[in-house]
Formats: sequence, C-alpha cells, structure tokens
Amino acid sequence: MTRSGRLAGAGAVVRRRLLVAVPVLAATSIGMFALGAASPVDPAKQYAGAAAFTASEENLAQIRANWGVDDPLPVQYLRWIGNLVQGDLGWSTSRHEPVASVLSARAGWTLLLIGVALALALVGSLLLGSLAAYRRGGLFDRALRTAAYAVQSMPVFWLGLAAIAVFALALGWFPAGGLTDVTATSTSWADVAHHLILPVGVLAVSQAPWFVLFVRDAVAESMRDDHVLAARARGLPGRTVLFGHALRTALLPFLTLVGTHLPELVGGAVLVETVFSLPGLGAVTVAAALGSDFPLLAAITLVTTAVVLAANLTTDLAYAAADPRVRLDG
Amino acid sequence: MTRIRPTFRRLVASTAAAGMLVLAACSTPTSPDSPAGGATLVVATSDEPDALNPVLNFGVDGAALIFDGLVARDSDNRLVPALATALPTVSPDGRTVTATLRDGVQFHDGATLSAADVAFTYQAVLDPKVDSTLRSDLDMVESVTAPDATTVVFRLRYPYAPFLQRLTLGIVPSKLLSGQDINTTGFNRKPIGTGPYKVESWTPGDRLVLTANERYFGGRPANNRVVVAFVADDNVRAQRMRAGEFDAAELPPKLASGFDSDTAYRVQRVPTADYRGVMLPMGNPVLADPAVRRALNLAVDRAAMVSGILGGAGEPAFGPVPPTSEFADPSTVGTPTADATAASALLDAAGWKPGSGGVRAKDGRPARFTLMYPATDTLRKDLALAVTADAKKIGIEVTPAGLTWDAIDPRMKSDALLMGYGTPYDPDFVSYKLFSSQFAGQGYFNPGSYRSEVTDRALQEGRDQIDPALRKAAYAQFQKQLATDVPWLFLTYLRHTYVLKSSVQGTAPRVEAHEHGVANSIWWNINTWTRS
Repeated sequence: MTRSGRLAGAGAVVRRRLLVAVPVLAATSIGMFALGAASPVDPAKQYAGAAAFTASEENLAQIRANWGVDDPLPVQYLRWIGNLVQGDLGWSTSRHEPVASVLSARAGWTLLLIGVALALALVGSLLLGSLAAYRRGGLFDRALRTAAYAVQSMPVFWLGLAAIAVFALALGWFPAGGLTDVTATSTSWADVAHHLILPVGVLAVSQAPWFVLFVRDAVAESMRDDHVLAARARGLPGRTVLFGHALRTALLPFLTLVGTHLPELVGGAVLVETVFSLPGLGAVTVAAALGSDFPLLAAITLVTTAVVLAANLTTDLAYAAADPRVRLDG
Repeated sequence: MTRIRPTFRRLVASTAAAGMLVLAACSTPTSPDSPAGGATLVVATSDEPDALNPVLNFGVDGAALIFDGLVARDSDNRLVPALATALPTVSPDGRTVTATLRDGVQFHDGATLSAADVAFTYQAVLDPKVDSTLRSDLDMVESVTAPDATTVVFRLRYPYAPFLQRLTLGIVPSKLLSGQDINTTGFNRKPIGTGPYKVESWTPGDRLVLTANERYFGGRPANNRVVVAFVADDNVRAQRMRAGEFDAAELPPKLASGFDSDTAYRVQRVPTADYRGVMLPMGNPVLADPAVRRALNLAVDRAAMVSGILGGAGEPAFGPVPPTSEFADPSTVGTPTADATAASALLDAAGWKPGSGGVRAKDGRPARFTLMYPATDTLRKDLALAVTADAKKIGIEVTPAGLTWDAIDPRMKSDALLMGYGTPYDPDFVSYKLFSSQFAGQGYFNPGSYRSEVTDRALQEGRDQIDPALRKAAYAQFQKQLATDVPWLFLTYLRHTYVLKSSVQGTAPRVEAHEHGVANSIWWNINTWTRS
C-alpha cells in the first residue's frame, strides 16, 4: 500500500474533526464563563491591587460598571462572542492591553520554549531509550533508569533553581534568567538563544523521563518480536536491527503518548518561565486566573483547546502514516 | 539554510564571547559601556506596573522616573517644588490652591509643558469613564482649571490641609491623550513624560529600559540608561543578584541578610510607614470588651516579632503614625516586649476568670475569637501565629484562619483580621478612612466599625486646620485615643530591604510607603547615582 493510499481518507477526517471542534470550542468557552460567574473573585479589586484597600466602594463600583462585569452572564458571553466573530478578542483587565497583543507578544516565546524542549526530549529519549533497551539490565540501562526516576521525582522549579545555581552561578556558563542580557540594546537571536539554553534544557530534562522509560520498555518488548528476531537471525548489524526494526514498531504507541503529554509540557513551561523570568504565556495565565481576567483566560483556553485538538488530529494522521494497518476512514 | 548559518555562527561566537566576558569579569569588574554620561544601571523588583500612566496609578507618590509632579519630595520626604516654580499657594479659606509652572519644561517628545497638561491630568483622574483607583484620594477636588499657560487653579469642595501632598502625581501631555480612551491607549505602554528618563522599551514580564532625558529640567541624569528588570520570584531575584546581573535589587529580609557578609554588596534596610496589625472588630462579643483589647495589646511581644519574624528588619508599632513622622506622639509608645502579668491583671479585674482548658471566661462566654489573614501572605501568617501564641499565655484562645480575600470580606465585621497599611506622607491619608465612624463597615475602611467621638473630632481637625501646630495637637489626641480604645493591635513597622553593589554611590534612602516598585523605591534618585 502506498503512502498516499494510507492517507486517503485524511481530507474527510480533517473536515469531520473541524466540525466537531466548533461545538467543543463553544462548550469550552461557555464553561469558562460559567466558572467565571461562580468565582467569588472581584475583578475590580484584583485590578486595583493594593489600591483596593484605599479606594472607595463607589470608585470600584464605577470601574465594574465601565467593564460591564456586573451584567448577566449570557449578556457578557454574547458580547464576547460578538466581538470574537469580528476578530476582537477583547481587553485584558490584568495586563491592561488588548488580549490579541498579549498573545502575540508572548505566545511565540512559549511555543519556542515548548517546541524546542519537546524536540530535544523526543530525540534524546528515543536515542537513550533504545540504547538502554538494546542491553537490557546492563550498566547503561540501570544508570539511565535510576536517573529517569530521580529526575521524575524532582519538581520542575527545583530543577530550574538547581540548574541556575550550577550553570549560572557556580560555572557562569549561562545567564540566570531573562530573555536577553539585561543591558542589551536590542533583541538578537544569538543573545536569546544563549538565554534559552538553560530553560529549554531544564524543561526537556524534566519531561524526558516519561518518554525515556516508555521507549525503553517498548523497544525492549519489540526486541523479542518475531520480525526483530528474524532480522537478527539474518545477521543484520545491531544498529539496523535496533533502529530499523525494533524502534520502528515501538514508535506507534509513542505517538499517542506525545499527544497526551502535551498538557503536562505546558504546565512545566509555566514553571520554567517563572523560574527563568521569561515573558511567556505562563506567568500571564497565572495572573489572569488569579485576577479573574476572563477575556484573557477565555482566549488562552480557546487557543490551548485548539492546539490540543490539532495535536490529536496530527497524532492520528501520523499514526495512519506510520502504521499500514490503521485506516483513517474506518 | 542560508539564514540559519550566520545565526548559528553568531550563536557560537556569542557563547564564546560570553564565556570570555565571564573570565574577564573575574579579574577586572569594568563596565563595558561607559560613554560621556556614565554607565547603565540595572535594578530589579518584583512589582511590575500594569500601565506606565500616572492617571492609572503609576508612581502617584512621585519619584516616577518618567514623570514629574507639580511637587516632589526630598530625601527627608519634605515637599519641594518640581514642575511648579514654588510650592503652590493655598487661599485663606483653604479651598483654592494655585500653582505656577516652571518655564520651558519640555516633554520627551519636545512639546512644551503647559498648565493645560496639568489640568488635563487631574481631570482625567476624576473622569468616571477612566478606570483610575486614584479617584478616591482626590474626592476633595471640585475643579481644576488653567487660566493661562503657566497657572493651575485647584478648587476644592472642602478645605483639605494635606492637599499639596496629593500634587506629586506625574503630569501627562494632554495633546497625546485628549480624545483617547485612557484605559486602553498605547501611551500606557510607551509613555511620554517630563521626567529624568525616557522610555526606550518595555517588555512586560521582562524589563523596562529607560534612557536619559538630555533636556531634563533638573539637569541631565548621571547615567545614560536605567534598566528595571521584573523578576517576580524572590529566590530567582536573589540568585541573579548574586550572579552580578543587577546593581540593586529588592529582596525579602532573610534573603538579603545572605549578602551581609560579602563586601561586594551593601544591604540597605530602609524604614517605612508600612505597618501590620490586627483589626479588632467591635461586632465580636469578646473583642467588644475594651479590657480584652487592652490586655491583648499588653500581651503581644513586638520585639520578638521584629527579631524572629522580620529578621530584625522592622520596628515595633504602637499606632498608625510611624515613629519617623513629625506627627508621631512619643507618649503612645509602649514597651516592645510582652507584659503578661499586667495583661492578666487587666482581665482578672474585668471579670474574665480562668476557666477550663486554660481559656478565660466571663458570664459563661469563653475568651476566644478567630484571627483571619490572607492565606498567601506568609508574613501575615507568621504574625497571626505569634499573636495566637502570645494570647494563649494570658488565657485567650485565638484560632488563626488563612483565607482568600473573598472569604475574608464578609466576615470582617465579627472576626479579627491581620491587615497592613501605611504612608509616611501625612497622617490624614488612610487613617481618616480607617478610624472615623463615618466609614464604619464600608469595605476595607473601618471594617470593625470602631466609633469614637474624640477620634472623629481629632481626625476632622487634622484635616481642616492649616496651622501645623494645631494639626500636630489634633493627631497627638488621635493617637492617644487609639492607644486607649485599642481598635487595632499595632504590631510592627516593616523595613524594605535592598541589596546594592558596593560600587553604587549616591543612594539616599528615605522613609518608604507600602507601595514601591519602579517608582518610589530606594532608586527614587537613581538619576544622581554613580559607580565608583
């Protein structure tokens, strides 16, 4: 069966998924607003911060009226949907700027952090996991598993602080935080890359144990499969057997794992951004949640939902591409 | 591919260069950029403003770096003229305040400052459509007008003695803002002011870069650039300070003391008017008894709180007027240590007899109450636990409860609450609303419904009288009455702790308010700082 044949039903699947996505997104956003209505947090007090304690009730009531946050929930929701349809994501009350500009200024850094860290974690875990599985029970295998369990038990922020203590303070190799040098006059890619090495490394290392242990088990399992044994019996070189035969069959469930692991990765990114003082979406999401900034929360939730849906779709398509037994139209 | 390669090469080069810089830094700590006016100074704080606009609460107490008010404060917090040629004059009836503007002051964009800008700034604060929380503080302003280009006239609804203290608010250019929605204008991100520094860039969550204003009316700043790094996490800020990234950073007392032994750094513990205390609500049947409140006041060990909880970075508090204020009444200062014997005697005399489980009781009512604190505030939690332990020693059972503000709000009428307030500028600020009976039960103003005619009269007198001697007498009476009635257990004044590189010269710490961040921190006069 040819590759194009395998993805024959892709168009229909994409269309069907898009149709499902609309009600999912609508339900998510309604859920957001319902949660917001149930929240006891007063957005005007959150906005005022310390000034909430010195501002009069009248003053705060005027601000609430300006925002229309006391309007009934359906009115607020319809107003939000109406603006959304016109391409207006609304005004972030916690950041004091349009939601669209909060997202555009920050989402890129978070995506960059997550993207590079995920790529690094995947490549690293495929390589290390396979090698460990090749000599199961060997010294490397045991060392890797011990390390994986150790890292898995370390909180991300602790790992981040430890990395700063070692690589930034003791060795002085990398900066301790920020996106650029604090005194830099412009944003140069080299400077940013230098600043991102530690946070990306920490995020990748913190997420890797899951993947490493999974790959190791899956490859070890498939090392005993008939086709792998056959390949070995034919006298193919170890590397070919490991990466060409055993890893390939082990890869399939791995794709699903990556898809389901995305939310965890986002959570880790929030902590890493905080520890390394990076201006990504992490910190603003926390601030938006604490400050009942629903326009921003709703937008972030929608974007995240869309990303997860897209990731699921991609996983399924990749599955179909990788495994001839899987049919998309089935 | 062609685009990636040079970038990669630059990355390698910069990594190597950074490595060399680190090596170089070990031997000779020189700053790489020191042209004509001096180097770049980097300061770090956790407190990032939401908008860089004085109308929306940025640096309203002056020292806003980007903006100037009509008046400013010197290192002793005394008012000095800034954009005004002299301190504004007050009419005999106290309801008209007139300011004359300095000639030839220019905004960063080259436009000349005029009285219309001043009037616009204050009118914007008073405009109900503008989401300014400052409006409550300017209740007394009826109108602001600019009869000519250099004269501003404030008309007040009632005489308000400390009004000049409210004129530190930074002035914004009306030309750039009139006709715009001030809540959402791009000005809030990249403002234009008259201050010593211009905004070069602001990356929210990362840093604010300021450059010297060559035309600053107070003289060109001694530094070309100032970078304010926003680092929310205390530990991270301490580590980056240790890594040498910052010239000055605010740190909690315990983290700051880690720098005490290092001669490369200097730790400054700056006195503040920022106090913490327990609001005792009159609606609570146990706390309604003045004997219980006075006994608690004697039983708390303030000295232990300062040394144990604040790590020495604070002073015992006995009232809402800080000891550094000229209005402070020394006669209300008590003993910093606990006097459990005197406290127990008070309770015995009032009929609170020791009962079961060591808890006193009167008429069958046990001496117990709940003490609430915001759960996320570890300092207030520690203080609440200390009060609980001290109260236990005199037979009063306190139940500390860490809650969110939303859970606290409805309970403030009957449960005690650990609160914090304080500004060094005038005793009328905050205290008028916190202790006068007309604000009883109104949100965070006097939530415990404390009522005293003497206090009301003294607070009103302090606000109405222009004569400083009469004001001083009124506030002395106010403090004495609070010491008698004990509507609050005042516990401690905090000190704000900063770590600076030893090479930084020219700091002049002044008594700080609770609010401090980009504006009004130890770097209030950073335009005169130099590096040795």
